[in-house]
Amino acid sequence: MLSQPNDYTSYPDNNGHFGKFGGMFVAETLIQPLKELRLVYEKLSKDESFLAELDYDLKHYVGRPSPVYHAQRLSSRIGGAQILLKREDLNHTGAHKINNTVGQALLAKHMGKTRIIAETGAGQHGVASATVAARLGLECVVYMGAVDLARQALNVYRMKLLGAEVVPVKSGSRTLKDALNEAMRDWVTNIDSTFYIIGSVAGPHPYPALVRNFQSVIGREAREQCLEMQGKLPDALVACVGGGSNAIGLFYPFLNDEGVKIYGIEAAGRGLDTGFHAAPLCAGTPGVLHGSRTYLMEDKDGQITETHSISAGLDYPGVGPEHAWLKDTGRVSYKAVTDDEALVAFHKLTRVEGILPALETSHALAYAIKLAKKMDKKQTILINLSGRGDKDIDTATLNGEVQI
Amino acid sequence: MSRLAECFETLKSDNRCALIPYITAGDPEPSATVDLMHTMVSAGANIIELGVPFSDPIADGRVIQAACERALQYGTSLSDVLDMVAEFRTTDDYTPVILMGYLNPIERMGYEEFTGKAMNAGVDGALTVDMPPEESDEFVGLLGKNKLDPVFLLSPTSTSSRISKIAAVGSGFLYYVSLTGVTGAPYLNVDEVAVKLDQIRQQSNLPIGVGFGISNAESAARISKIADAVIVGSALVRILEANQNNVNEAKLKISYLMKSMRESIDMVRFTN
Repeated sequence: MLSQPNDYTSYPDNNGHFGKFGGMFVAETLIQPLKELRLVYEKLSKDESFLAELDYDLKHYVGRPSPVYHAQRLSSRIGGAQILLKREDLNHTGAHKINNTVGQALLAKHMGKTRIIAETGAGQHGVASATVAARLGLECVVYMGAVDLARQALNVYRMKLLGAEVVPVKSGSRTLKDALNEAMRDWVTNIDSTFYIIGSVAGPHPYPALVRNFQSVIGREAREQCLEMQGKLPDALVACVGGGSNAIGLFYPFLNDEGVKIYGIEAAGRGLDTGFHAAPLCAGTPGVLHGSRTYLMEDKDGQITETHSISAGLDYPGVGPEHAWLKDTGRVSYKAVTDDEALVAFHKLTRVEGILPALETSHALAYAIKLAKKMDKKQTILINLSGRGDKDIDTATLNGEVQI
Repeated sequence: MSRLAECFETLKSDNRCALIPYITAGDPEPSATVDLMHTMVSAGANIIELGVPFSDPIADGRVIQAACERALQYGTSLSDVLDMVAEFRTTDDYTPVILMGYLNPIERMGYEEFTGKAMNAGVDGALTVDMPPEESDEFVGLLGKNKLDPVFLLSPTSTSSRISKIAAVGSGFLYYVSLTGVTGAPYLNVDEVAVKLDQIRQQSNLPIGVGFGISNAESAARISKIADAVIVGSALVRILEANQNNVNEAKLKISYLMKSMRESIDMVRFTN
């Protein structure tokens, strides 16, 4: 295990490194545009009128702050720790993704870009990107793996309604990783006109830090809300991790709170020992993909392997480099939950609390339910309820007990 | 002197421009690669750029992506590619070979093991697309220790300070990416390339190869007027794709295209 830093929130360094992870592993053509983005962001993140504009949008357009809800019936059913839900599913467009796209769209506007591109897995980031593009009158192209296009049809339709062009990606495993490849190729080709809104805390520097900072509004609010409601910080945080943006958004403002245990939950798919999963932190090795050094799912020759998860948003062979570093420092515990366990949690929250969670989020719920059973009734677990599950009803009916 | 330096020296004294073909190792099948390398040398190649297949080639266009997928269907690994170079070297100890690819297979093998094995196999240099100089201290050190040239990319977006930085760490030659885009792009602005090459030459004495967007004898000739090397990849890989079930036919067509490029390149220099 690495030595532990005094201040977890002071990373990355100037070159985008979180310890040995992160960095800027891209072809030469993208180096200068990434540096420009970093400079613009550094300037604007200290600019009061920019921050005021962002705050206004988060409040009036996204609907922030999102509430923290005490799931009492679920808590008493479990009979352990109290479950608190940070309701990112109540944001405009139904997930945490909009926090970041609102921020990046403002950057795009300030940089004078006329065209927005994005990659998407579950379609939530694609919808959030198409939404801000529509609002600003920008052209929007969303790359989506052909496999995901089929299993997230509702979101594809929403993106098209919003005026975005949805490009099916048919190379490689035809999921999120390939959509990211294709978006990078588009960006390098249209560098002058185009702003690439990366949807997770992955990619080359400065994206992992930039997306984290836009998403950390989740943790900042939640920290205050917990203190207000409970008079204390939660005992544990739980969030699902694909690329890891909702997780880091919740975790970041709590990283220096020693008493708060933090759990990031990956997709174990059909089981970590089957090979059909998407859990690079639990079962992967360090390598370089999509611009940064991080944990990956790869074979012995360094080729990226195909992943499996019932949830498109977690079906990714890499993970944000900050998570890789938080794993190695031991600050965050990374665990994995199977497709079946996630489905059980999906139905449970819906029936017991009347909240339909996304399948991604259901992974966090499933782990939190296990964790709560081992904890005291006076303790609390805060879960990032990162998105709503309407988009997943087709997958759920194929795999669940309720048929349409 | 390294094979690469010697190659460029000889070409310069003959007032010739290098022709550098690229193919992906293992495409359309691993047994074809060494033969194709010899074919390309016979057809006028001065240096061979051998692609190491990778599952996620983000700087490459559709044609080379598909080549990677064909090669990976046979499980062509970095080790296999090094074996191919060693086999090539048994009958050609003269033509420089540089490996072009992405960092992850090299990370997986380990920098030390890779550079040692590459030197023993007879590799002359490595171009690692997604490894900028900022991240490459350790790797470049090990390449140098094993007498391998680190070849770096420059692009239309490279600023003057970056050109200096890259010229300082790179050796063998500098690879100028002619356009903002991926390999196999259908456009090429020779005038813009010329302006940038002038700028680079003011900051470096290294030979400059130009690649991306060069697909036929005519564009090769135009680039050869201003560059030290013409690099052609997707146009050749496209031939392999179209003839993947008939490697002999592919060899004939590749040979024909390369000879036409060779002739038009040499013609430009001789008439100038």
